[in-house]
Amino acid sequence: MNEAGALAVELSGITKRFPGVVANYNVSLRVRPGTIHAVVGENGAGKSTLMKTLYGMHQPDEGSIAVNGRGITFKSPTDAIAAGIGMVHQHFKLADNLSILENIILGNEPAGRRGRIDSEAAKTRLTELAASLGVSFDVDDLVGTLGVGERQRVEILKVLYRGAQILILDEPTAVLVPQEVEELFATLKRLVAEGRTVIFISHKLDEVLRYCDEITVMRQGTTVATTTPSQVDRRGLAELMVGSDLPDPSGRETPIGSEVVLAVSDLSVAGAAAGAKLALEDISLSVRSGEIVGVAGVEGNGQFELCEAILGLMPLENGRVEIAGRDLTGVETRERITSGLSYIPFDRHREGLLLDAPLWENTMLGREDEPTLTSGPFIGRRKAEADAREIIRRFGVRTPSEQVPAFALSGGNQQKLVVGREMATNPKILLAAHPTRGVDVGAQAAIWEELRHARDHGLGVLLISADLEELIGLSDRIVVMFDGRVTAELDPRRATPELLGTYMTGEIQDREAAR
Amino acid sequence: MKNPRLQRAMVTAASSVLAVFVALAISAIILLITGKDPVKAYSTLFGAAGESRVLQGMANRATPLMISAAAVAIGFKMNLFNIGVEGQMRVALLTTAVVGAAVDLPPVLHVAFCLVVAMTAGALWAGIAGWLKVKRNVNEVISTIMLNFIALSLVAWAFDDFFRVESPTESLLVKTKELPTSAWFPDLVDRRLNGMFIVAILVLILFWVVVWKTKFGFRLRASGGNSGAARATGVNPKKMILISLLLSGAVAGLVGMRALLGDVHAYQNNLAEQQGFNGIAVALLGRNHPLGIFFSALLFGFLGEASGKLQLEDIPKEITTIMSGIIVLAVVIINEAVKRWDNRRIQRKATAEIEAEVKS
Repeated sequence: MNEAGALAVELSGITKRFPGVVANYNVSLRVRPGTIHAVVGENGAGKSTLMKTLYGMHQPDEGSIAVNGRGITFKSPTDAIAAGIGMVHQHFKLADNLSILENIILGNEPAGRRGRIDSEAAKTRLTELAASLGVSFDVDDLVGTLGVGERQRVEILKVLYRGAQILILDEPTAVLVPQEVEELFATLKRLVAEGRTVIFISHKLDEVLRYCDEITVMRQGTTVATTTPSQVDRRGLAELMVGSDLPDPSGRETPIGSEVVLAVSDLSVAGAAAGAKLALEDISLSVRSGEIVGVAGVEGNGQFELCEAILGLMPLENGRVEIAGRDLTGVETRERITSGLSYIPFDRHREGLLLDAPLWENTMLGREDEPTLTSGPFIGRRKAEADAREIIRRFGVRTPSEQVPAFALSGGNQQKLVVGREMATNPKILLAAHPTRGVDVGAQAAIWEELRHARDHGLGVLLISADLEELIGLSDRIVVMFDGRVTAELDPRRATPELLGTYMTGEIQDREAAR
Repeated sequence: MKNPRLQRAMVTAASSVLAVFVALAISAIILLITGKDPVKAYSTLFGAAGESRVLQGMANRATPLMISAAAVAIGFKMNLFNIGVEGQMRVALLTTAVVGAAVDLPPVLHVAFCLVVAMTAGALWAGIAGWLKVKRNVNEVISTIMLNFIALSLVAWAFDDFFRVESPTESLLVKTKELPTSAWFPDLVDRRLNGMFIVAILVLILFWVVVWKTKFGFRLRASGGNSGAARATGVNPKKMILISLLLSGAVAGLVGMRALLGDVHAYQNNLAEQQGFNGIAVALLGRNHPLGIFFSALLFGFLGEASGKLQLEDIPKEITTIMSGIIVLAVVIINEAVKRWDNRRIQRKATAEIEAEVKS
């Protein structure tokens, strides 16, 4: 096994080129056994490329890999698994219609007699493993019945079942609520206490600082620093990642306006299936000019339906929607937009962008009725292009020109483009659903700054986010949605992620208790 | 070549041209296997391109193909696969033949009236598929195929039971009542090239202007490109589906007009047969772009026209039909491969340009 004092993983001088780009350059990573080692960096900093190298999914062009002190070459993930490395992917690879046991042994079934599967042997081993992890579930339960946190545990068990001593977790907390995050780290702590090693990829700085033993920072394809939580604070870590000073999160200097720009009252929306419970139940909330109202909640508790209902994309059972003092219940979406409503959608690929179309067409989307972009029934191409260049400049979208198709941009730049488009109309009320999801720290800071700036100039924002730091940092008020209802209203100055978490999981649903 | 959109258009065009050459090569192998000389076959085939009679015939054959490919392409732009052009065309043919013969109008007006009737009939028939899609979410591929069968049978029955008249001269051919000469579409070259060729080109130009230059066309392309994004910005997807199928059907109604108004001047059973289906192949090879459709239609028109020459050299003319089929297969495969390659190229180039900019 482990030679005394040897590093669990040592990568030195790793360089990996893809046609046209160097994804990793001279990367060094030293992971001591029995530790949780975080690899942090912006999107596109090369974390995933590095982990794919370590997991044998591709071979580095230069550099060497040593596991437990021994130099090694991985031709495929099979070699990496044989060397005791396991990968827990960000997107679970589980079959809902199979049991926990079946999912775990899938592809690695213990052979019984005459080609049959020896389920009993697998079950015994799995139960032991689960017990050592401190989790208890019936391995015969269907995966489809499990929650997100439990599914992740199944993924971890699957990797352990294959004998992994070194676990790579790719952004594992992206899908979890705070309580689940804590449970996850409790599990990871047990793993390292038993001598296993965890490599933890993340860009959530707080959890990295809180739970990890060592931190390696990547920037622009290379490793720039290795540090420990005691040596660095959040800001310092963020600056290491970005390579420059972050803009100061400016507090409020302007007062909240008096005009109610969005008023939703007694809004109810039917559930997806006939006879199902309501997707939205008697929602009432309002946003004033210059105010950011945060909506906290685990995804799927009605946030999407709320946006759709406000936009007029979903039929109402009951209730009214007023935008800037006008009753727009039952009015077409386009008219709501021209009345001052803007929408940063949940998923930029599904609802925000025409990936195959050039950027200038993307910035025109939804605005093709604006006289500044058109001439009569025709598209004003020159005007639309100039407008796109202005959005690209103002929001710092990194692109060669406004002519490239949207798919050629990185996720962060695509998001900046969508945000820019939605703010370009000078809206009165902006529905911002996860405005910084999946974007790097630099783009996140830029988007936050634009939101604050627009708020100071009177924009009302309904901010839906799973990033509790974002909610607490930006919002003037926070409402919590659970099960299609607003269950709490909180003051962000007094809200902590833990408190929000209790409301989000429905543990407390008393609206008054929060005040 | 600085403009990325132009570059992409060139790549798309190049992939279609490549597909044609691949098809020629495969057809040559088939000729070899069957013991014919491909060099002789191709020199006979393409040698015909020098004859003005062949070129006129090519344009004449290309006329309905351009129109029917435009009808298919309008659907494709909205991500709808209208396979029902044949049926829409057939309904329009009989309707126009009957209605056109029943009215008495001055020359130019009569032709225009017939064209409007044809477009209306085609649009209404396609509208059934649109209505089913919007109201009952019936896949338009299924509904248009089924509507083709219904149209064929319905038209055959209506023709046979109500509208056929025995022709006094050609006793074997039953037709509807002949259209008055005021409804005839004049020829550009007598008996060789009908004036509907001009109409076909106008249809393509109009298609280009509407889809690529207008706000409506932008919404159509946005809906087709990403219905979720279009919906979130207030474009009603159901309305776009209905409108684009109605437009597609209206254009489909014009497909048979060269044969009806320009040639036979009455409805008969096999009139303009298959021209609705052939448009699908032309639209595929032309990548749903008016210019691409124009050249593809000419190519298919040429193959059809020149194939007769092959028989003189004892080479079965069906080789051109085989060739057309291979072209369609090749274009689908090659274009997909080229598109993937080109997308990666664009992405790499953009990344490299951004990095170069950051460094400088």
